[in-house]
Amino acid sequence: MIDTRKTPEKVQLKGRQNNQNNVVLEVKELCVHYATPSGAVIAVNNASFEVYPGELVGLVGESGCGKTSVAMALLRLVQPPGRIVSGQILIGGIDMVGLSDKELRQVRWRELALIPQGAMNSLNPVMRIKDQIADGIETHEGKQPRAELKERILKLLRMVGLPGRVYNMYPHELSGGMKQRVCIAMAIALNPALIIADEPTSALDVIVQRVVAQTLLEVKNQLGVSMIMIGHDMGLLAQLVDRIIVMYAGNIVEIAPVKEIFAEPLHPYTQLLISSIPSVKERKPLVLSEGVTHDLRNPPPGCIFQLRCPYVMDVCRQVVPPLRELRPNHFVACHLYE
Amino acid sequence: MATIPVEQIVSPKKAGLKLWNSPWLNRKFVIGAILILLAVLVEIVGPLFWDVSMANTASAPLNLPPVWARDTPGFGFGEASAAHPLGTESNGRDMLALLIVATPRSLRVGVIAAGIGMLVGILLGFTAGYYGGWIDTVVRILSDAFITIPALAVLIVISAFVRQVTTENMALLLALFAWPGPTRLIRAQVLSMREQGYVQMARLSGASAPAIMFKEMLPNLLPYLAASFTGNVSLRILEAASLEALGLGPTRVPTLGTTIFYAIRGAAILRGMWWWWGFPIIMLTIIFVGLFFMTIGLDEIANPRLRGAKSQ
Amino acid sequence: MGGLSRGYLLRRLGMFFLTVWLGSTIIFIIPRLAPGDPITAMVSRMSAQAGSVANSDQIIEAWRARFGLDAPMHIQYFRYLRNLLTFNLGYSLAFFPAEVEVLVGRSLPWTLGLLGLATVISFIAGNAVGALLAWRRTPGLARLLLPLTLTFTAIPPFMLGILLIYFLAFGLDWLPFAGAYGRGMQPGMNLEFILSVIEHGTLPALAIVVTTMGFWALGMRGMMITTDGEDYMILAQAKGLRPGRIFWLYGVRNSILPQVTALALSLGGIAGGTIIVEYIFTYPGMGYLLYQGIINTDYTLIQGIVFMLIVGVSVAVLILDLLYPLIDPRITYETR
Repeated sequence: MIDTRKTPEKVQLKGRQNNQNNVVLEVKELCVHYATPSGAVIAVNNASFEVYPGELVGLVGESGCGKTSVAMALLRLVQPPGRIVSGQILIGGIDMVGLSDKELRQVRWRELALIPQGAMNSLNPVMRIKDQIADGIETHEGKQPRAELKERILKLLRMVGLPGRVYNMYPHELSGGMKQRVCIAMAIALNPALIIADEPTSALDVIVQRVVAQTLLEVKNQLGVSMIMIGHDMGLLAQLVDRIIVMYAGNIVEIAPVKEIFAEPLHPYTQLLISSIPSVKERKPLVLSEGVTHDLRNPPPGCIFQLRCPYVMDVCRQVVPPLRELRPNHFVACHLYE
Repeated sequence: MATIPVEQIVSPKKAGLKLWNSPWLNRKFVIGAILILLAVLVEIVGPLFWDVSMANTASAPLNLPPVWARDTPGFGFGEASAAHPLGTESNGRDMLALLIVATPRSLRVGVIAAGIGMLVGILLGFTAGYYGGWIDTVVRILSDAFITIPALAVLIVISAFVRQVTTENMALLLALFAWPGPTRLIRAQVLSMREQGYVQMARLSGASAPAIMFKEMLPNLLPYLAASFTGNVSLRILEAASLEALGLGPTRVPTLGTTIFYAIRGAAILRGMWWWWGFPIIMLTIIFVGLFFMTIGLDEIANPRLRGAKSQ
Repeated sequence: MGGLSRGYLLRRLGMFFLTVWLGSTIIFIIPRLAPGDPITAMVSRMSAQAGSVANSDQIIEAWRARFGLDAPMHIQYFRYLRNLLTFNLGYSLAFFPAEVEVLVGRSLPWTLGLLGLATVISFIAGNAVGALLAWRRTPGLARLLLPLTLTFTAIPPFMLGILLIYFLAFGLDWLPFAGAYGRGMQPGMNLEFILSVIEHGTLPALAIVVTTMGFWALGMRGMMITTDGEDYMILAQAKGLRPGRIFWLYGVRNSILPQVTALALSLGGIAGGTIIVEYIFTYPGMGYLLYQGIINTDYTLIQGIVFMLIVGVSVAVLILDLLYPLIDPRITYETR
């Protein structure tokens, strides 16, 4: 197992063990806006959810639905002109939103790590792999003895299935899948409580996708780390995750364990997503969704999905449906069930 | 749920000639353009108000300081007079007339030389970038070699042996080194554009190569070409001024650089006759700064990421 | 992984020889296309100065043979190339019997010093200004540096040189404006001489540095902004790395690469600017020697100096090209 931290704790973390609610991450009413010359785009609107220890949560939705904004917000990496407008992000009891830059740097990577989308460009082209993994470790744990550090890095590489020679290589010498796995190795180096994997397999071909997905599962099982996996391919996600959060246009519309959500999708949008997954076994008619998508700067009052919902009612156009726990652990925001 | 976004294949919005759209009204570009306009105005308006024949030798009393510098320290100057508001120099030329006559020459030589360079650059750059292969290799090697060779040194050799008497001849000579820059730029752009969706589509639909080059690629290159052109003009004017300052310029017609040459030869600096070399320098500075701002402005228009990136 | 491959080395050397050959050929051919010939011109000039010269035709023939100008063009060309290989640059027409190599050899160190030092200072200072401007923490006062240096970049070095001479040397008498060291001083490794050299070199170097800095600053700032948008910067921040480390190892380290390439491309231009600056300041380098060659229509001297300049710049570019793979590990793998 990976070593525990050695540097003195400047930010008081309650630690995973002392967690009363047994929750790794608690997001409360998070709002992220992007300023544009013609008004603010609401990228994330009052998102609230929780992640429990050792589970893999999938965050799913079409492109532009706000999932990457959520991921960036969790790490406080939202780039201007975007910003976190309100809400709380509680990791180990600490609210990320209120932290200063210095405190932020201490919490990052130790508690919360990122496997970025597009590992192709996420590695510094002029640094060797060993140095890039090392600097994450040494920044948080102080200078390490050479031999131990090397052992540690080699062990990380082994865990993600990479050969030892990668240690000395430069990023351009690696394939896409290998680079992605290096990013995974970097993310687990400090044994964080939560890893956010932002579309980890999107840029890869199918075979490599499988390898990377398997690596992620391996890692989760061995280390017991929680993961949020972001993607737009529900079929792929379904094979990996324990729970699924469905987002549409910046709002969370449904949260449920994966088997339940497929057995009984409650929100009309979820039903739409699932029915468009091509199936090898049966011939399904191509479902084209009717209706317009709205302008993200001017969301319609009421339910966010009203313009595309086949079951839209009058109340949907006026009142925002709250996210309610309809069945045990199954949340949905829809007036159909009020 | 993913659909193929149809917009990707259709040609991207052409960085067009809609001059009133905000990108082209970039502040730096406009400032630069105003400065250049000033220089051009000198040529157009000047002769209407001033007797430009006074730019010839022996048309005015020698060594008069400008009209506001009545008590100039120095050696043996005449009385400043309003007839020669910017003073005169040791050959009897009136400075104001000199500026009016010489400024357009500097602009012209730069524009002609850069224009030729741009044409050659378009021809070679497109051919090399589009067709690749050995044409590309030859063009690349040649343009790299020409960029490495110190242009001014070679121009000095050539000018010393083959005297340039007219502005047009000098422009032709300067064109010798005006083409590698645009060629490299265009080649690089064509290389990256060649692989893009809309070019592939044009190819598949059977468009001929020249048609693709001029109808699909060229319009998107316009801001880059414009920035390259203004930068090129600036460099050519610099080379021309340098050659003239060394005494290698056209001898029969006054230019800003040759004025500086005479000033140095007449020890104007040590004699305190600052107006002799000062006004040509001011004029040249206006031209250079103007072109410089135009170039940066055009750079920002071409590459929006640089816009408004004042502090990160 | 990150070093020289034989193919790269050969390609760069090939480019070097090609550039030098191309430049030499241009300066060989074009002057000979001009009407008239140098010897006749020179003799007629001499006779204009000293009264008519007896037996001028024979003198002209003799000198022509001496300088090898009586042979057909292609023979001259091959002799020329062969001589260049051994750096035999011939005799100066105006300072005969002084050899061109000797004259050049005397002025070369001054030019190397001025040009070399000024380029290095300008590159380092300019890039530093550019990088600092892209950093959030730079105080506002320092930010004013960019527009200031930028404005100076627009004007050519020799014009700034004239202004510096007028204001600082002539007007305020702070620094000397001519020569490389004090009049009557003997060159030697003593402190007085060295200080004098520095004193005399300040204004010319200043003219070059101030006018070229802005170019580097602008480019570096642009590159830092571009680099800042790269994915690896985001991951670096997510890792919680210290801002200083991110700035240097992720930002500057990547941004400096195209700047080095730009340096190689701009050396030709900087050399040209230095020539004129030396002329303005009567600095005894190759630029000033070139000017003397021009006013004396000393063809061999002009040819020899320009050849040395071409070689010098090409060598500098070659060195930069060979050093580049050491800083950018991706380069060896480029197949061109």
